[in-house]
Amino acid sequence: MLPRPTTHSKALGPGVAGPELAVAISAVLDRPPKPVSHLPLSGAQPCAVDPAALCDPRQHTKYPYVTGTSVMAIKYKDGVLVGCDTLGAYGTTKRYKSTQRIYHVNSKCVVAAGGEISDFQYISNLLDELTTDDYRFDDGIELSPQEVHSYLCRVMYNRRNKFDPLWNSLVVGGVQGGQPFLGMVGMIGTHYTDSHVTTGFANQLARPLFRERQRDDMSEEDALQLMYDALKVCYYRDKVSINKFQIAKVTKDDGVSISEPFALDMRWDYKMFAQPTKWAVGAW
Amino acid sequence: MDTTLPSTSTPVSMGTSIIAVTFDGGVILGADSRTTTGNYIANRVTDKITPLCDNVYTLRSGSASDTQAIAGYVQHFIAQHQAEEGDQITVKTAANLVKMMAYNNKDFLQAGLIVAGFDKHGGGQVYSISLGGTMTATPFAMSGSGSTYIHGFCDKYWREKMSEQDAMEFVTRALRYAMTWDASSGGCIRTVTITAAGAKRQFIQGSQIPPTYGELSREQVVA
Repeated sequence: MLPRPTTHSKALGPGVAGPELAVAISAVLDRPPKPVSHLPLSGAQPCAVDPAALCDPRQHTKYPYVTGTSVMAIKYKDGVLVGCDTLGAYGTTKRYKSTQRIYHVNSKCVVAAGGEISDFQYISNLLDELTTDDYRFDDGIELSPQEVHSYLCRVMYNRRNKFDPLWNSLVVGGVQGGQPFLGMVGMIGTHYTDSHVTTGFANQLARPLFRERQRDDMSEEDALQLMYDALKVCYYRDKVSINKFQIAKVTKDDGVSISEPFALDMRWDYKMFAQPTKWAVGAW
Repeated sequence: MDTTLPSTSTPVSMGTSIIAVTFDGGVILGADSRTTTGNYIANRVTDKITPLCDNVYTLRSGSASDTQAIAGYVQHFIAQHQAEEGDQITVKTAANLVKMMAYNNKDFLQAGLIVAGFDKHGGGQVYSISLGGTMTATPFAMSGSGSTYIHGFCDKYWREKMSEQDAMEFVTRALRYAMTWDASSGGCIRTVTITAAGAKRQFIQGSQIPPTYGELSREQVVA
């Protein structure tokens, strides 16, 4: 069986799980449609109430299984930084400690995800199909980060409308027209662009740091330090995280680079930590 | 999902890794240091090893408030008992008091405790009191959400009458493995060693715990 691009069915929209049977029809007709009330316009089998119910083995993602936690991203002078840890958690089990949650789309864009890892792998596949098409055109034109952001928005919203969401919070980061770009898309299609975006716990923990210290013209050194501090606080206070991070840097001059996993120095050496109940025996 | 706010309606729970082992001359109690409210780490340096009296300590897992309440009551009962007896309480009696609290209030409590200590009659002893109030005496015991990951490890590596050093190595290794797999456990390792000479506390900082498979070592710390 030859592999067919199934994920961009014109009938169903991008990224939608559905039967292969659905056939695309043009909205523009050359003659009035003949009454064929016994045949569904979608091209599925006649007398099928819901084509998706017929032999469609695909499950709806009702709840996530293997998940990634927060992603945080900031703009700075030369581009954007996108950071997250490398944990794929199975409920509260820290199961996979080397998952890469940042996907390198093209030379000016990365997408990072929190939430269900299998859905993120599926989204990476969708983006791969688009970039492969770009490559085949061989005209040097690549998808801009804003285009990737719009596309993912439509995919997520489309799936939400079918009650079959891709259980992810996505961050799209890149550079276009010499300007940094950062956007976020949620699992129900909510989206925004800003100078700093966060998902998951980073919304509560890292955003205050970003509001305080992030500037669009900050230096790379300051931006990295801010990112380290944000990653640290998320590790201190999010139980489903590990001390192993990756930061993706997208700049106008050097394109995309995703760092090797690294650790951060965590402070445990405060004196009061050693014996918090010393002067209050029986306390906690 | 994006909407996981730390909430006041989620109970504060000590998803936990706690372990107690007897060795030749006493007991060692070990615990992690994480208390969580949902996914938020409310306290990353919790002290889960609570003294009931000088020679008996308890490890707490489950609902933080329930275990604190039980420990508080039992501390009071033991103080009373020791005043009346004029002698140090036995570990078994202390454990029985804890069991009494857990069993008689079983509908209202969510508490898994391990009571361990040293007395001159029985030496080092470990008693585990599970959710319904069942008390079991075993040479070693572990409890809490993280304990599930180390049942195999403990079965294989525990030996009778270990030296204090070997027992400490066993406890810290077991906790390390539990903490690396269980998201509800983590932070630092606290231990208390109880012998005829009394109780001795130890604190191993999070950054001093050696990494396990998949984790990074100190050399890979960047900032």
